[in-house]
Amino acid sequence: MPEPTTIASETRVQLHAQGEWLLVELQGTWRITEHRPSWASVLADAEPARVKIVWGQLADWDSALLLFVFEVRQWCRVKGVYCDLSDLPDALQKLLRQLVVVNETRMVTDRSRDFLTMVGLAAQDVWGKTKEIATFVGECVISAAGLLKKPHKFRWRDCLDEMQQCGAMALPIVSLISLLVGLIMAYQSAVLMRQFGADIYVADAVGLVMVREMGAMMTAIILAGRTGAAFAATLGNMKAGEEIDALQTLGIRPVDFLVMPRLVALGLMMPLLALYANGLGILGGMAVSKGLLNIPPAAYWVETLTAIDLSDIFTGLIKASAFGVLVGLAGCHRGLRADRSSAGVGRAATSAVVMGLLLIIVSDAVFAVMFNILGW
Amino acid sequence: MNPADPTLPAIDVSGLDCGYDGQVLLKNLNFQVKRGEIFFVIGGSGCGKSTLLRHLIGLNLPTAGTVKFFGECFNEAAGERQREMLKRIGVLYQGGALWSSLSLLENVMLPLEEYTPLNPSERAELACMKLSQVGLSGYDAYYPSEISGGMKKRAGLARALALDPAIVFFDEPSAGLDPLTSRRLDELIVTLRDLLGMTCVVVSHELASIFAIADRVIMLDKQEKGIIANGDPRVLVKESKDLRVREFLGRGEDAMAGTRQKQPSP
Repeated sequence: MPEPTTIASETRVQLHAQGEWLLVELQGTWRITEHRPSWASVLADAEPARVKIVWGQLADWDSALLLFVFEVRQWCRVKGVYCDLSDLPDALQKLLRQLVVVNETRMVTDRSRDFLTMVGLAAQDVWGKTKEIATFVGECVISAAGLLKKPHKFRWRDCLDEMQQCGAMALPIVSLISLLVGLIMAYQSAVLMRQFGADIYVADAVGLVMVREMGAMMTAIILAGRTGAAFAATLGNMKAGEEIDALQTLGIRPVDFLVMPRLVALGLMMPLLALYANGLGILGGMAVSKGLLNIPPAAYWVETLTAIDLSDIFTGLIKASAFGVLVGLAGCHRGLRADRSSAGVGRAATSAVVMGLLLIIVSDAVFAVMFNILGW
Repeated sequence: MNPADPTLPAIDVSGLDCGYDGQVLLKNLNFQVKRGEIFFVIGGSGCGKSTLLRHLIGLNLPTAGTVKFFGECFNEAAGERQREMLKRIGVLYQGGALWSSLSLLENVMLPLEEYTPLNPSERAELACMKLSQVGLSGYDAYYPSEISGGMKKRAGLARALALDPAIVFFDEPSAGLDPLTSRRLDELIVTLRDLLGMTCVVVSHELASIFAIADRVIMLDKQEKGIIANGDPRVLVKESKDLRVREFLGRGEDAMAGTRQKQPSP
């Protein structure tokens, strides 16, 4: 800090008693990053009537010295002891005054809210979010209708890009997970079926559950984590970088430009991936049946064909497509509503996944009731 | 770093090459910064000012040459020693670079927490004082997202000053600030330099700041890949032999003089 001299030594304080005066001589190098003596330990049991701080041979000093002098000054004020600081250089005096002002005027600001306010704000938040989501879904519908009228306005390039990202690139993880889900289901049902000698019905169980339920569901869950989060992060970052604002000021609706290609891509890719997942799940069941129950693959396949018909496959695909659109909606919505900060983007991605999963499960329950009534 | 020997310059750069992955932006730079000096690095956009800054503070490694702080080589020091030396350096990044999850007070307290033996109440007191030095007293509980760009920069400066650095680097301190705020920041730099005696290295192309507070400037050039001027800007603008320097510092006034029409007096 200030004018360094050629002496470099350790931090030291020397006391000299002089009548009723106690001279406190400061010496050496005072660095904020090193330990400094505390006034209490320097003073020990002495009870001076007057204290004078003497500027000794100081090599280099910074806020550490300032804090020490401040400590002495505060002690003197509490004890009612006269404190002479006149020997200190101007810069230190100035800094000391700043520290004193801060110390005396500092108010600990409490910005927390009381319970009722919190509840009220939370309720308002829920209402606001509901409106927001409804508005967003409405915008998407309007946008979709507009694009049906003018299909050449649709951004096919972006859509194909997204299809590649959320479809083809997701194949490895979808393969692994659906194969394992098929395996697990076959194992679980084999244990049960065997007790009744109904081994061959493992094929029915795995086939039906996979095609009607698990194929679409597992794919949707994977894509909610993989693609939904990616959508939210991408759009959130674009918002933070004012790219969304730039679209709006050009009169281009962000929903047309950014959301529709993504929704279409997910809505188209999800059924394809689900179909693929169905096949691999059945393959997993087949492997377990061969290994555990000694059912030949051909027999397994024939049994599967008798169990599932086209309407089962279609219900699965309808669900998959709906899940795809819902995951896309959740991702895009959270992304477009993200806070303009790095933390905001993180939160958007998190809540996109949570919202996606929630929508998948809720809509699956709705579909279950609906298909039951329709008798599909 | 040995600030005890006053004869050594604060920063001594010799034979420094700056660049990214094999591409050299600046070649063979040599300059010194004296203690307590307000030193500007100027030049047109894309000439490598910020790159040079990143090399000086060790964010990028130079392909050749050395950077010495108070006579001690920084870029070739061992990891632990480099960490020691970094404690004596403060950096104010362009956008303030405050940590968004921490309040302003916590932002300033974090370096104190990492590197000093102070107790929590002393840390808070000192951090509050640093905030008040930059004119932000009363904002300690605010989060970076709740304050304006100029305030973020000042808070960033308070954080840069937390450990009482011997050298403070400023990356475009006036970028994005209105003239008044930018001028106040300039005044703050001078006040702090006078009070704390630190050396300031400022990367900027803000002419008003350069003429107001710079003790000395070096000007970088893209074509030359090096320094084309070194000296007092008030002298350089009139007496530099290099037209580029005179034009830059004079805002191209000579070239524009012919094309501009005189305003009719009211």
